[in-house]
Amino acid sequence: MALSDGLEARVDRLELPFNEYGVDPYGISKKHVRDALRLFTLIYRYYFRVRCHGIHHIPARGRGMLVGNHSGGVAVDGAMVLTSTMLEMDPPRLSQGMVERFLHKFPVSSLWASRTGQFTGLPEHAKRLLEDDRLLMIFPEGARGTAKLYPDRYSLVDFGTGFVRLALQTRSPIIPFAFLGGGSAIPTVFNAYTLGKLLGVPYIPLTPYLLPLPLPVQLEIHYGEPLVFHGTGDEDDHVIEGYVAKVKERIAGLIELGRAGRQHRGLARKLLP
Amino acid sequence: MRVLIPGIAGGIARKLALRLKLAGHDVAGVDIRPWENAREAGIEVFRGDVRKRVAEDVFRRWRPEAVVHMATVTAFTVPGAERGRINLDGTKAVFDHCATHGVKQLLFVGRHTFYGAAPDSPLYHSEDEPPRALEAIPELADLVAADLYAATALWRLPEVTTGVLRLPYTLGAPGTGTLASFLKGRRVPLVLGYDPLFHVMQEEDVVTALQLALEKKVRGIFNIAGPAPIPLSVIVRETGRMGIPLPSRVLSFLLGRAGFPRLSVGALDHLRYPIVVDNRRFLEATGFEFQHSVADTLRLYREAAPVPVSGGWL
Repeated sequence: MALSDGLEARVDRLELPFNEYGVDPYGISKKHVRDALRLFTLIYRYYFRVRCHGIHHIPARGRGMLVGNHSGGVAVDGAMVLTSTMLEMDPPRLSQGMVERFLHKFPVSSLWASRTGQFTGLPEHAKRLLEDDRLLMIFPEGARGTAKLYPDRYSLVDFGTGFVRLALQTRSPIIPFAFLGGGSAIPTVFNAYTLGKLLGVPYIPLTPYLLPLPLPVQLEIHYGEPLVFHGTGDEDDHVIEGYVAKVKERIAGLIELGRAGRQHRGLARKLLP
Repeated sequence: MRVLIPGIAGGIARKLALRLKLAGHDVAGVDIRPWENAREAGIEVFRGDVRKRVAEDVFRRWRPEAVVHMATVTAFTVPGAERGRINLDGTKAVFDHCATHGVKQLLFVGRHTFYGAAPDSPLYHSEDEPPRALEAIPELADLVAADLYAATALWRLPEVTTGVLRLPYTLGAPGTGTLASFLKGRRVPLVLGYDPLFHVMQEEDVVTALQLALEKKVRGIFNIAGPAPIPLSVIVRETGRMGIPLPSRVLSFLLGRAGFPRLSVGALDHLRYPIVVDNRRFLEATGFEFQHSVADTLRLYREAAPVPVSGGWL
């Protein structure tokens, strides 16, 4: 079976309420998902040769929040996580990212983000999607996470707390994941904030070869066991911060697990200096 | 029930009047525009401006029990300051007459464009949200103000059961209104790189929703919608038109020229970003179910308003 035929079947098997035009109530379009997946699959399989572990931890149906670390100066991590749930799950699921506001301001990026279900990170979007039993993809480090410099690529910056309150309000499981290799694929040495402001984005990551073009470094995604917290979402900050710390700790553990595995396979010396 | 419809000569208002008459209500209307065949249908139309004495006389003499206020206009039909006067002074006059003359129920028929089109607003707008991006499109300010003013009746006039209804874009056969005007030509300008979701509802479904709102005596603010929204490009294609994606700056330059409407540059945001509404509150209050799918709605429009074979560029 040709690669594209398999991908088309995968998109057809998405359990989303598409109408007669192949569009769901959020504007997700089968055609756009299929076209994006064709490109992402080539990158996933042949350029980054992504290794995906623990995909069985993601529920096959029902609401869920994929929560992980940012890795890489641009959203390579989000695109590869999305591709992993489309290619590695059976039936496939579309992970819907909560993206930075600027993405919907610009032509083309606005259209493609909308048609593939990647919406601005607003609580209203997250809550509604979870209540509709969708699979959310959240990077609680936000733009500060993608701005990590090469030496800090395995560190975690402060997490926002809103995602835990949402998980409690909507009774959604949190599936932690670690994304490894993005910081080596795009080895950011400097973030040009002023240039970014001029262009209407938070910053422009600069690499030793100037442009933030990703190198063909092998990437890894490690999904962990779901975390389920009980509550209403109205708990005091210190309670929520405790839950956030647990999620962060779990992600840090998955990162360390992944790094140990890479060292064991000798990959770290070859591809991850 | 004795129902008075200010703005009765409009496309949807006429259909509503006929439907209510058929359902056994007494129906009358006020409008400066004529509706020649109304009397044959047993509907009385009083010619005049809702802001003038003639309208108050209708309230005094005809004694309506319910009023469906549809005498508001958009920038596509009435430009300039007159639009503001019709929308605001007209709405105030209707509400004042309702309070003075013992009207029991009042429906204000507004529009979902109340919420504004912006890249960072929620995709689905609930009734609890404020209007956004008004600074970009001042042509909408008076309609938004009229909607907000209408909502004040919920606490100012507790003896009047007031419903503020926000309708999406409508299409009929052939239909009237903003979207029908936008689709009237062979070619439809789009903004290159964008394809917003549009909420579209067939006019017969709109009439059903308004009738239900009236008969269920809804009180509060309600978004009304039919089928799930679809991309604008699908609407253009399925109505047989040809979408012409133009860069935003080119389209801005063409506004007011070459047959394009004279609108502010900010109006193009409505061709960039979606305005989609959450209608769950209305469904719960009325049990409304739409009858026409999007495909039906677009097919009916295409059949009733075929693509013009000649004419200008648009």
